[in-house]
Amino acid sequence: MLQIKDLHASVEDKSILKGINLEVKAGEVHAIMGPNGSGKSTLASVIAGKEEYEVEKGEIILEGEDLEELAAEERAHKGIFLSFQYPVEIPGVSVTNFMKTAINETRKAKGLEDMPAKDMLKMIREKSELLEIDRKFLSRSLNEGFSGGEKKRNEIFQMAMLEPKLAILDETDSGLDIDALRIVANGVNKLKSKDNAVVVITHYQRLLDHIVPDFVHVLYNGRIVKSGGKELAHELEEKGYDWIKEEVDA
Amino acid sequence: MDLKEKLVTSFLAFENRVDVDSPVHDIRNEALKTFENTGFPSKKEEAWKYTSLNSVLKHDYSVFPKQENALEYKDIKKYFIHDIDTYKIIFIDGKYSSHLSQVTHDGIDVCLMSSALNKDKYKPVIENYFNKIATKDSLASLNTAFSNEGAYIYIPKNKAVEKPIQIIHFSTGNESAVLLQPRNLIVVEENSHVQIIERHQSLTDNPVLTNSVTEIFANKRAIVDYYKVQNDNQNASLIDHTFVEQKEQTNCFVHTFSFGGKLTRNNLNFYQNGEHMDSTMKGITIIGDKQHVDHNTLVHHIEPNCESHQDYKGIFADSSTGVFNGKVIVEKEAQKTNAFQANNNILLSDKAAINTKPQLEIFADDVKCSHGCTIGQLDESALFYMKQRGIPEKEARALLMFAFSNNVLDSVKIPELKQRITKLIANKLGVNIGFDL
Ligand SMILES: Nc1ncnc2c1ncn2[C@@H]1O[C@H](COP(=O)(O)OP(=O)(O)OP(=O)(O)O)[C@@H](O)[C@H]1O
Ligand SMILES: [Mg+2]
Repeated sequence: MLQIKDLHASVEDKSILKGINLEVKAGEVHAIMGPNGSGKSTLASVIAGKEEYEVEKGEIILEGEDLEELAAEERAHKGIFLSFQYPVEIPGVSVTNFMKTAINETRKAKGLEDMPAKDMLKMIREKSELLEIDRKFLSRSLNEGFSGGEKKRNEIFQMAMLEPKLAILDETDSGLDIDALRIVANGVNKLKSKDNAVVVITHYQRLLDHIVPDFVHVLYNGRIVKSGGKELAHELEEKGYDWIKEEVDA
Repeated sequence: MDLKEKLVTSFLAFENRVDVDSPVHDIRNEALKTFENTGFPSKKEEAWKYTSLNSVLKHDYSVFPKQENALEYKDIKKYFIHDIDTYKIIFIDGKYSSHLSQVTHDGIDVCLMSSALNKDKYKPVIENYFNKIATKDSLASLNTAFSNEGAYIYIPKNKAVEKPIQIIHFSTGNESAVLLQPRNLIVVEENSHVQIIERHQSLTDNPVLTNSVTEIFANKRAIVDYYKVQNDNQNASLIDHTFVEQKEQTNCFVHTFSFGGKLTRNNLNFYQNGEHMDSTMKGITIIGDKQHVDHNTLVHHIEPNCESHQDYKGIFADSSTGVFNGKVIVEKEAQKTNAFQANNNILLSDKAAINTKPQLEIFADDVKCSHGCTIGQLDESALFYMKQRGIPEKEARALLMFAFSNNVLDSVKIPELKQRITKLIANKLGVNIGFDL
C-alpha cells in the first residue's frame, strides 16, 4: 500500500528526515516510536503533503502512485488520513458541517454526487455512537475549547467518517484517559480491515496493548534505526532509548 | 470647471424645480453656503486621512438626470429580495420609478421625500425632524443643499410593519457620469417596528457617485432594523451618511455588507437620547482589486444605562484597502454604559491594507467599555488541517473566511436576506458551497 524510499525532507533548510525507508502493506499495523524531536510528526506531515516541508530526495508511493505532485487534499482523496498530534481549532465551523464539507468534497473529487442528507445523518449517528461522542458535541465549533482528550476522540470520529485507506495516528493516545483510550482503540480496531492500514505514532506501550502492531520501528534523528515485532515496544518501554542511541552513534 | 464650482452654479437651476419659499429651502441655502466654504474634504482632515476622494471627484458628473429611464423588472429582479413581499421605493438615475415601486399610505407612510417636502400634511414631521441630526460637514451639507428626493418613511405609534421596505437606487449609465444625492427621512414612533434594506446599484461601467444622507428617528421602545447591501460595480462609489437618534428603550441595528464598489465611505452616527437602549452596528467587508471601504462610526452615549455593540469584520484581497474609525463618546451623565467595539481583519495579500483606529472618549466613571482590533492572515495550520480532510485549498479558505465573518450574520432577522448575503459571500469568495455553519 505505502512505500517510502530513501526519503529526505527539510524545513527552512534544516534537514529533519534523513533517509527513511518503510513499507506498509494492506492489512498491517505499524507502530513508529522514537525520542522527542526525532522526526515522527514530520514524517506524518510529509506523507500527508504539508507544503512547508521540502522533500529533497526519495519517494512516497501509495498504491503504486508517486505522491510527489499531489496536494494535501488530493492525497486525502486518495485515502490518506492523519490524526493530528495537535488538532487545530477552527472557530465558527461546526464538527458536523466540517465533516459534511469534507465528505462531499471528497465525493466531488471522485465524480460522485453529494451524499444525501439522510445518509449523512445516519452515518454521523453511527460513527458518533461507535466513539461514544455526545451528539451535542457535534454542533460545537471544531476543536474550539475541546479538552485534549476530546480533540483526540474527535480525530478518530473523523477517521471513522472518512474511512481512509491509510490512517496515520500521531500520538492519538496522549491526553486520553484510560476509558477513552479503550474507546478510541476499539474504534480504530473496528475500522481495520485487510484492505486498509494503520500507522500509529506513540511513546507508550499502553496504546499498543489495544492496537496491536505487526511491526514496530524506532525513528531516531531522521532515520528508522531499528525495526522489529511488537516485542520491540516492550523492550523500549523497559530500557528506554539509550541503548539504541548508543548502537547508532557507535 | 471643477465639480465644486459646477455644483454651486447648478444650484440656481435646482431652485427652478423646488419650492423656494419653504422653510426647507432656507436650510438648503444655509447648507450650500457651508459646502461653498468648506469644499470637498481632503486627506489633510483627520476624518479623511486614509480615504482620498481625488479619484472619484475627477469625473464630469451630470448633476441632474436629464431624461427618464425605464427598466424592466425582469432585468433587475436579481437586485431585489424578491422571494418575499416587501414595500419598495425604487429610483432610476435619481428619479422615482412608480412602475417598480410599491409604496403605501395605508396606516403608515412609505413614499417619496419630494412629496413629503411639498405637501402640507407632512409639514409637522418635516419641521420636527428634517436635517435635525445630519451633521453640518461639507458632504452632508452638499446633500442637504440639493435635498429633494429619496425615501420618506413614517411609522406611527404601535405599528409593527410586517413587510420589509426596500430602497433601491439604480443607475443606468445613460449619461457618461452621474452624481446622485438621495435624501431619506425615517421616523418610527413609539412601540413601532420597521425593517429596511437599502441598496445602490449601477448597471453599467459609467462612473456613478452617490452622496447619500439618511436620518433615522426611533422614538420610545421602537425597533429599527436597517440593512445596507453594498455590492456595486467597479466604477460606482458611495459616500453614505446615516444618522440615528434613539429615545429610551429603543433598539436600533445597522448592518452594512460591503462587497463591492470603487470607493465606499460609511459615516454612521448614533445618538442616544434616553435611557435603557441598545445600538448595534455590524459590518462585513469583503473586497479585492483596488477597492476601498471606509467605516467611520460614532456612538454618542448621552444618558445612563445604555449599550452599544460594534462588530466589524473585514477581508481584504489584492490591493484593496480598508479603514475602520470607530469613535465612542460616553458623557459624564452616561453612567452604567456598556460599549463594545470589535474590528477584526484578515489581509489576504501583502498589498492589502487596513487602518483601524478606535477612539474612546469616556467622561463617566462607572462604565464598561471595550474595544479590540485584530489584523491577521488566514491560519495556515487550519488550512492544512482542512485540506488533510479533503477540502480543497479554495474551499478551505472560503470556509475559514466565512466562519470568520459568520457571527455578523447571526443578527440578520430577515431569513431571505441572510440567505442572499450568504450567497453574495460565496460568490465573492468564488466558491460554490452552501454555507450553513
Ligand atoms: N516547521 C518547523 N520549523 C522548524 N523546525 C521544525 C518544524 N517542524 C519540525 N521541526 C523540527 O524538526 C524536528 C522533528 O520534529 P517532529 O515534530 O517531527 O518530532 P517528533 O518526533 O514528532 O517529536 P515528539 O515526539 O516530541 O512529537 C524537531 O527538532 C522540530 O523542532
Ligand atoms: Mg510529534
